[in-house]
Amino acid sequence: MTHALQPGAGSPAAAGARLARSVPLPGGKIVLEPDEISRVLTRIAHEILERTNGGADVVLLGIPTRGVPLARRLAAKLTQVEGRPAPAGSLDITMYRDDLRLRPARRLGHTSVPASGIDGKTVVLVDDVLYSGRTVRAALDALSDIGRPRAVQLAVLVDRGHRELPIRADYVGKNLPTSQRELVQVLLAETDGQDAVIVGPGGSRAGGQDSTGQPGQPGEASR
Amino acid sequence: MKRHLISAADLSRDDALLILDTAEELAQVADRPIRKLPTLRGRTVVNLFYEDSTRTRISFEAAAKRLSADVINFSAKGSSVAKGESLKDTALTLEAMGADAVVIRHPASGAPRRLANWVRGSVVNAGDGTHEHPTQALLDAFTMRRRLGRLEGLRVTIVGDVLHSRVARSNVLLLRTLGADVTLVAPPTLLPVAVSTWPCEVSYDLSGTLPKSDVVMMLRVQAERMTAAYFPTVREYSRRYGLDAGRMALLPDHAIVMHPGPMNRGVEIAAEVADSSRSTIVEQVANGVSVRMAVLYLLLSGAGSALDEIGLGAAPAETQIAGVTAR
Repeated sequence: MTHALQPGAGSPAAAGARLARSVPLPGGKIVLEPDEISRVLTRIAHEILERTNGGADVVLLGIPTRGVPLARRLAAKLTQVEGRPAPAGSLDITMYRDDLRLRPARRLGHTSVPASGIDGKTVVLVDDVLYSGRTVRAALDALSDIGRPRAVQLAVLVDRGHRELPIRADYVGKNLPTSQRELVQVLLAETDGQDAVIVGPGGSRAGGQDSTGQPGQPGEASR
Repeated sequence: MKRHLISAADLSRDDALLILDTAEELAQVADRPIRKLPTLRGRTVVNLFYEDSTRTRISFEAAAKRLSADVINFSAKGSSVAKGESLKDTALTLEAMGADAVVIRHPASGAPRRLANWVRGSVVNAGDGTHEHPTQALLDAFTMRRRLGRLEGLRVTIVGDVLHSRVARSNVLLLRTLGADVTLVAPPTLLPVAVSTWPCEVSYDLSGTLPKSDVVMMLRVQAERMTAAYFPTVREYSRRYGLDAGRMALLPDHAIVMHPGPMNRGVEIAAEVADSSRSTIVEQVANGVSVRMAVLYLLLSGAGSALDEIGLGAAPAETQIAGVTAR
């Protein structure tokens, strides 16, 4: 299902190219280096084990695009520490978004729930950036159509504040106070060829800086 | 993708692949405990059927309902059409009721195109006369890709009543766009005059073509549209252009047998072929729902058309003139 998209002019691929590789923001400041990202994920993995009694019945579900590789990395770390396999999957939330009518139709991401299902399990949703909280709201709706977990928790690599809904994360990699005009960009080796979290000056509304405010930026930066 | 889906020729390669990829994701919904998505909540889809149909209408209805759209079914029998209401007046009535999409089947070729000029919503062609049936072609392509893993370079043989077949026309156009090689096999009387201008090969020898086919698609003999004698007898047609077990054995091992339905068992396809493991006929019906969900999602969920850059953030229904499909 990962067809190489040719984001041509006027194709939805161009409008919502969530599979596209991102290049680092020009003029951005790196706030997490690759080794720091790895350390942060190790800590989150330990916190998950601590709070879920050793991670029994934990299912990690990443939200596309960059939540998915993060969920896989967390699962690998859980397996490493506890010695039992931790199931990981992905949960696409596109059909549950509350802003569908504001933009042209979006390309769907992939949903794959581990064979063991989510009924009665502790589901940990994984995303790269927590911003307005609307993505997580949509994810909770999507989840309830798939099954009935015993509990749902949220792990994010970066919490940049500016919540618009009563939602908070259970596991946070880094709290990053930002202004709403700034952009937070998460790059991961699996999708972008390198690991980094970058904060850059906004440019989408001012229009002065560059094209970084375009849809297709990673994380919640552009939302 | 444009705002309407009237012809398979409206779809670029990217558009067609986007629909197939979207359908692939939506096919999962059928396996879930809750087979419904909230995406088109509050939108209205009208099924406007001027011609008999079971599977297409039910398929569109199921697709729209799985996306939480409201569905209004309108069939010409027992409606004001029976009293002589014109297509335009019916369209204006639907318009006044606030239809976001109109799915139309009509015995006259070109009716959906006319309708698109009269309504503000999206128009989806569900079969117009002997012209086109684009969602059938999409679900056929989807079925081929699922079964055989690719479309590029696939050798597809379409057999039978091409003259009266909107399915054949849409399939030839779409499969060409997607890089498959199509061969039509039919008696000369059942081929359109202009078939030489179509992007496909033509043959009159079914047995000779089968060994070189990855897919064989049997078309229904449309007796209801036949106003003259196109072949001497049904038995002779069946012997020369029907697919029986003996002919099926000529196909390569991986090849699949398709039929858009409804079938005339014993005419164009033998019962044992239709029920064999190579036949995708039941699968095609299930895939039809996924593909139609994808089409409705891409046409209706966003602001305006799936790819209309002008429509970004604006109220599309008011700013676009019906029929002008900006790309």
